[in-house]
Amino acid sequence: MDRDYSLAELIIAAAAEAWRHDGEIMATGIGPLPRLAASLAKLTCNPALQTTDGECWYTSQPVPPGPRNGPMPEIEGLANYDRVFSTIWSGKRHAMVAPVQIDRFGQTNISVIGNHARPKAAMLGARGYPGNSVHHPNSYFFASHTPRAFVAGEVDYVCSAGYNPARYRDGRMPATLDLRLIVTDLAVLDFEGPAHAIRVRSLHPGISFEQVQDNTGFALIRPAHIPITREPTAEQLAIIARLDPNQVRKTVLQGDPPGNRRAA
Amino acid sequence: MSLDDVVAQLADGMTIGIGGWATRRKPMALIRAIARSPLRDLTIVSYGGPDVGMLAASGKLRKLIFAFVSLDQYPLEPHFRAARQAGLEVLELDEGLLHWGLRAAAMKLPFLPTRIGIGTDIVKQPVFETIVSPFDDREELIAMPALKLDVALLHVHRSDERGNVLTLSPDPFFDELMARAAQRVFVTAERIVSTAELDMSRNARFNLIERTMITGVVEARFGAHPTSAAPEYHLDLAHLKTYVDSATSTQSWAAYRERFIETTPENYLAAVGGSERIATLPAPVY
Repeated sequence: MDRDYSLAELIIAAAAEAWRHDGEIMATGIGPLPRLAASLAKLTCNPALQTTDGECWYTSQPVPPGPRNGPMPEIEGLANYDRVFSTIWSGKRHAMVAPVQIDRFGQTNISVIGNHARPKAAMLGARGYPGNSVHHPNSYFFASHTPRAFVAGEVDYVCSAGYNPARYRDGRMPATLDLRLIVTDLAVLDFEGPAHAIRVRSLHPGISFEQVQDNTGFALIRPAHIPITREPTAEQLAIIARLDPNQVRKTVLQGDPPGNRRAA
Repeated sequence: MSLDDVVAQLADGMTIGIGGWATRRKPMALIRAIARSPLRDLTIVSYGGPDVGMLAASGKLRKLIFAFVSLDQYPLEPHFRAARQAGLEVLELDEGLLHWGLRAAAMKLPFLPTRIGIGTDIVKQPVFETIVSPFDDREELIAMPALKLDVALLHVHRSDERGNVLTLSPDPFFDELMARAAQRVFVTAERIVSTAELDMSRNARFNLIERTMITGVVEARFGAHPTSAAPEYHLDLAHLKTYVDSATSTQSWAAYRERFIETTPENYLAAVGGSERIATLPAPVY
């Protein structure tokens, strides 16, 4: 039976899985789709999660992206930056962020394209990526899976640490380095290949392994059998619609394509 | 004292920490006063927003110590980008490393140990060293050097004449550490009131730092504009757009400077739509 769902909704449902087994921790999704994914996880597979309004409060219920109509969300705790840093360092957080580049080690970049001293393009700066990457679990989202994002070699400036032995004394990686999922417009990837190599975990409906590999600047691990990314259920779609009354999810991926590209 | 009195206390080549975070509670009236002064070669330490961009575009920076520069709703700060792409010297940090460097300076320590930066390019910058734990774990850690400031500039909601201050917003950011890391601290306040009016026993949690740390206070109504000073007023997104657009050409920046920087605080307030407009700006969504 074919259900009508968008690629954004497929991604939200797939990305929500990142937090399923995390227990009672802070879930942070940066950008509309990761944020909606954390929100969906909180309302379905992991109600213990704490999420914020994106500013400085933990709220009892997830806060929709975009303009807020209706009553103020119920506040359940304080999440100012000092407290967020303390949470990061405690390890009780799992963030899904949207870097500009990622490499085969899972190292990511949001600082510069080109040379650091005189960049071709200056972006944000490393923000909290370095600290996040060595203190708590991290997942990544890419709206556009291309060889420009999934680069050959290393990213232009390593902002978040990855499984690159050359960057650690005696190759010993921090015990707290814990990279989980990479969710893109083509597939879900993880770090469960040999020595944490990036592996295709599931393919979005209508996408082949070759398409993913052709859009990746390094070799991906190909399991003998690759499942299809699970389609969102009717219940998940209803919750997503409720979580996103402003339909911000329709604006993230160009043309808001359907989730099932076998049909297209 | 006045804004210009504060600027007169600053000198070329100083290292200056600026409080607030991105588009929130930046001491912008003071930043504009510095932008129109002859000061130069400043090293700025900031959780950066338009403070960094405006000083960069005004040619005041020799070096920037930062973890990000962003206008939140406009993620990429165009004046910062232009300066960075033209080769502005930087020390790029993680947000928590910046905190840690200020904390070390506040404690008069040469450094504080941390895992932040391990495995990244951040710690390949020459200021960083590693240190091995002297305990049984023998873990190798990063030594984050103290970020000592000559001056910190902060914006608060209330102060009395002696520098007893209240920061009423729910997020104080790292203003306290900026102050403790600095030799001298100048504060702009929305209102200077009597000590009694601070109602300190009730508001104690909003008193981030004791007056012995505060060198001078200036009253500056809407002194954070176009950034926010919640809960009293919010980010001016329309003005932020004007500011972003000012980066499109030399002429547009000159026009922005002329209209909003080379002017008095009173005329600035009129140029941005008056106090009533700012006081009623809607809360932004993050």
